[in-house]
Amino acid sequence: MVEHIAPKRMYFFVFGSLLVLTLLTWRIAYVDLGPWNTVVALAIAVCKASLVALFFMHLRWSGSMMRIVVCAAIFWLAIMMTLTLGDILTRNLVSPSHGWQSPATVSHTALPASP
Amino acid sequence: MSSPEVELPIESRVHYLNVDYGIKSWLLTTDHKRIGLMYLVSITFFFCFGGVAAILMRLNLLEPQGLLVEPETYNKLFSMHGIIMVFFFMIPSIPAVLGNFLIPMMIGARDVAFPRLNLLSWYVFMTGGMLTLYAVIAGGVDTGWTFYTPLSTAYTNTHVMAAAAGVFIAGFSSILTGMNFVVTIHKMRAPGLSWFRLPLFIWAMYATSIIFILGTPVIAITLALIGLERWFHVGIFDPALGGDPILFQHMFWFYSHPAVYVMILPSMGVVSELISAFSKKKIFGYHFIAFSSIAIAAIGFLVWGHHMFVSGQSLYAGLVFSALSFAVAIPSAVKVFNWTATLYKGSISYEAPMLYALGFIGLFTIGGLTGLYLATLAIDQHVHDTYFVVAHFHYIMVGGAVMGYLGGIHYWWPKISGRLYPDGWARVAAIIIFVGFNLTFFPQFILGYLGMPRRYAVYPPEFHTLNVISTAGASILGLGYIIPLIYLTWSMRYGPEAGPNPWHATGLEWTTASPPPPHNFEETPVVTEEPYSYDRLAEEIQVA
Amino acid sequence: MHNSHAVVAEQFDDRVQQHEASSLGMWIFLATEIMFFGGLFTGYTIYRNLYTSAFETASHLLNAKIGAFNTVVLICSSLTMALAVHAAQTGKRKRLIAFLLSTMGLGAVFLYIKFVLEWHHEYLDGLAPGLHFTYAGPHASRVELFFCFYFIMTGVHAVHMIVGEGVMTVLLVMAWRGAFSPEKYNPIEMMGLYWHFVDVVWIFLFPLLYLLGARF
Repeated sequence: MVEHIAPKRMYFFVFGSLLVLTLLTWRIAYVDLGPWNTVVALAIAVCKASLVALFFMHLRWSGSMMRIVVCAAIFWLAIMMTLTLGDILTRNLVSPSHGWQSPATVSHTALPASP
Repeated sequence: MSSPEVELPIESRVHYLNVDYGIKSWLLTTDHKRIGLMYLVSITFFFCFGGVAAILMRLNLLEPQGLLVEPETYNKLFSMHGIIMVFFFMIPSIPAVLGNFLIPMMIGARDVAFPRLNLLSWYVFMTGGMLTLYAVIAGGVDTGWTFYTPLSTAYTNTHVMAAAAGVFIAGFSSILTGMNFVVTIHKMRAPGLSWFRLPLFIWAMYATSIIFILGTPVIAITLALIGLERWFHVGIFDPALGGDPILFQHMFWFYSHPAVYVMILPSMGVVSELISAFSKKKIFGYHFIAFSSIAIAAIGFLVWGHHMFVSGQSLYAGLVFSALSFAVAIPSAVKVFNWTATLYKGSISYEAPMLYALGFIGLFTIGGLTGLYLATLAIDQHVHDTYFVVAHFHYIMVGGAVMGYLGGIHYWWPKISGRLYPDGWARVAAIIIFVGFNLTFFPQFILGYLGMPRRYAVYPPEFHTLNVISTAGASILGLGYIIPLIYLTWSMRYGPEAGPNPWHATGLEWTTASPPPPHNFEETPVVTEEPYSYDRLAEEIQVA
Repeated sequence: MHNSHAVVAEQFDDRVQQHEASSLGMWIFLATEIMFFGGLFTGYTIYRNLYTSAFETASHLLNAKIGAFNTVVLICSSLTMALAVHAAQTGKRKRLIAFLLSTMGLGAVFLYIKFVLEWHHEYLDGLAPGLHFTYAGPHASRVELFFCFYFIMTGVHAVHMIVGEGVMTVLLVMAWRGAFSPEKYNPIEMMGLYWHFVDVVWIFLFPLLYLLGARF
C-alpha cells in the first residue's frame, strides 16, 4: 500500500462542504419539521463525519482492514444501543395477566405465612 | 524441523534471559518475552491477594453464623476477591503472560508490532493494580465486583473511587495489549504463514483481542461515570433525576459478559494446542475451532442481559437475551466435540499439561451446561444470586480457564525457562487441584439449588454440611496451587535442560532454542506446511 | 543495529509494513474511542427517548450560536491538521510548524470558548448539576439530567482535546528539530487521525446537545 498524498485543493473542497453542512444543520434547527428535525440533524452529522473520515483521515485510500475496523466499532456501538433501547422501550409493554401485580405495588400489611 | 545450533547447552548461548542483567534491563525492556514474565510475576502476586480473600470467606462460612468476620467485612472480602481475581488475575492471565510470550514466536516474528506500548501496558497494569490494592488496604470496597448503583454511587462509604480508578486504569492495559496483538497477527506473520496455517492459540488470542478492543472502553466509561457521580454528584444513574440504575447494569455487563469470554477463549486456545500435542495427532476440525473462537467473541457481545433477568429489565429483552445465550453455547460445544474427536485414536500421553487439558474439557463442559440452566428464564428466577451461579462461573473460570492456564504454563515452561520441571510432582499437583476444585464447587451447585444466596456472610443451619465440604475442598485446592509455585521455581535453577522441543510438538515456537534468543529466531522461518502436521513429524522421527 | 533514528523500527521488515502497522494500530485505538464515547451516547439516547420534551427544554438553555461557532473552529482546525500532514509528507518543515501551531491555536480557541464562555456562564446561571443547579422550570430534575450529560460529554471531549494539544506540543518541538521528512512523518499522520476523530465526536455532539427540538 503506497502512502497516499492528497492534493491540497481536495482538503479545501471538503472543508468548504463541511462549513456548508454546518450552516445547514444550524439553520434547519429553526424550521419546524416535527420529528424529522432529529433525523435530518443526524443525517447531516453522518455526512460530515463521513467527509472527515474518508478524506481528512484518508479512509478512502486506506486498506480494507481499516474500514472493517471502523465499521465494526460502529456496528458494535449499534448493538449496545439497540439491545439497551430494546429493554427500555419494552418495559411496560407486558400487561400482567391473571391478576398478577408487580411486587412493588403489593401492600405489605398482609404477607402470607411462610411454609 | 529444528536446526543443529539450537541444541547447544544453555550457558554457552546468548538468550533473552542472559543477554542483559540488572533491574533496568527488565524494567526498561521492550522484549515481549521479558514483558510476559513480568506479567507472570505480577498476576501471581495479585492471585495471592485474591486467594487470601477467598480463604477468609470460606473460613467464615464454616459456621452458619459466620465464624470469622462481621457481615460488613464479609462484603468487602467477596468484593475484593472478585475485583482482584477478575481484573488482575483472570483477564490478564493467559493473554498477558502466554500471549505476550508466544504470539510473536508462533508467527515467526521478532517481537510484537509495538514493543514500547507493550511495556507501557505492563506499567499501566501495575498502576491500576497498586491503586486497587490501596483501596483494599485503606478498608476495601463492599459493592461486589459489579459496582451496582445506587449502592456504589450514593449509599456506600467504602473506597469505591480508588477501586474503580484502579480497574479503569488497568483496562487501558487490556486495550493496549489487544491492539498490539491484532496488528501483530495481521501484519507480522512469517512468509508462508497464511491465516489457516496459524496455530489455534493464535486464533483464540485474536478473538480475545477483538473483545479487549470493543468491550473494555465501555467499562472504562461506566466506571468513570460512577466516579463522577460519587465525586461531583452528576448522577446519570440517579433515580431522583430520572436516571435508571438498570442503565448502569446494561453498560457494566456489556463489557463484563464479553470479559468472561476473554477469560475462557485463550484457555480454549491453549487446550487446542495441548490436546493435539499430547495425542500426537492433528487437531480435528481446525476450521471449526478457528471460526468458533470468532463466533464466541461476536455472539458473546449479544448476551449480556442474562445477568439482568430479575433486575427489572423488560421481559421481552429477557426473552431475546435468553435465546441469544443459548446460541453462544453452540460454538463452545463445537470445540468440545472437536477436541474429543482429536483424542479418538490418538497416541495419548498423560503428562501434566495433558491432565490439565483433560480436566478442562470435563469441568468446562459442566460449567457450560449449567450456564444453559441459568440462561433459561424460568430456572434463573429461582437460582439467580444463589450459589448455583457461583458454582457455574467457578467451574468455567477455575475448572476451565485456570486449568488451561496452568496447563499452558507447564507446556511452555521448557521454552520459557529452558528447563524441565519434575512431571511427577506436576501430575500430583494437577490431581490435587482437580479433586480440591470439585470438592469446593460441586456442593455449591446443590447449595444454590436449595436456595442459599450468594454474597451472604451467614446462612441457615441446614446448609452447614455442604459449606463445610466446600471449605475443606478449598483448602485442598489452595495446597494444589502452592505445589507448582515450588517446583517451577526450583526447576529454573535445578531442572534438567529442555532442549528446543522436549514434547516433540509442532509449531514455530518449538523450532527455536529454549530459552529463545532475544530476537526469537536466528533467521526468519518460512512456513510451508499445515499446522499440527503430526503425521509428517511421526514419519520424520521414524526415519531419524 | 540499534539506531534510535532509524527509519524502520527493529521489529519491522520494511517501511511499508511499519506504516501499515501504525495506521492499523491507530485506527484500532480510534475504534476503542468510538466505544468509549459510545457509552455516553448510548446513555444519552436512552434518556432522550424517555424524556424528550424535558431534554428539548434543556437544550434550548444552551447557546446554539456559540456551539455552531465552535463547530466551525474545530472544522478549521481539522483543515489545518490535514494541511500539516500534507506539509510533512512533502517535506515542508516551516509549513508543518505553521499548520501545527494553527491547529493548536484553534484548539485553544475552542477550549477557551467551551470553558470560559460556556461552562463558566452555565455555572453562574445555575445550570451546573452537583455544583450549582437552581433551574426551577418545568421538568427540573430531567433538565438536570440533561446537563449532567452535557457537562460529562463535552468534558470528556475537552479532555481528549487537551491531551491532543499536549501531544501536538511534543510533535511541534520534534518538527522544529527537523525530526520529520517525507520518509519519516508517521507520528504527524497518526496525530492527524486522532485530531480528526475528536472533530467527528464534536460533529455529533453539536446537533445532539444544542439543536434538540426546533427553536422556532
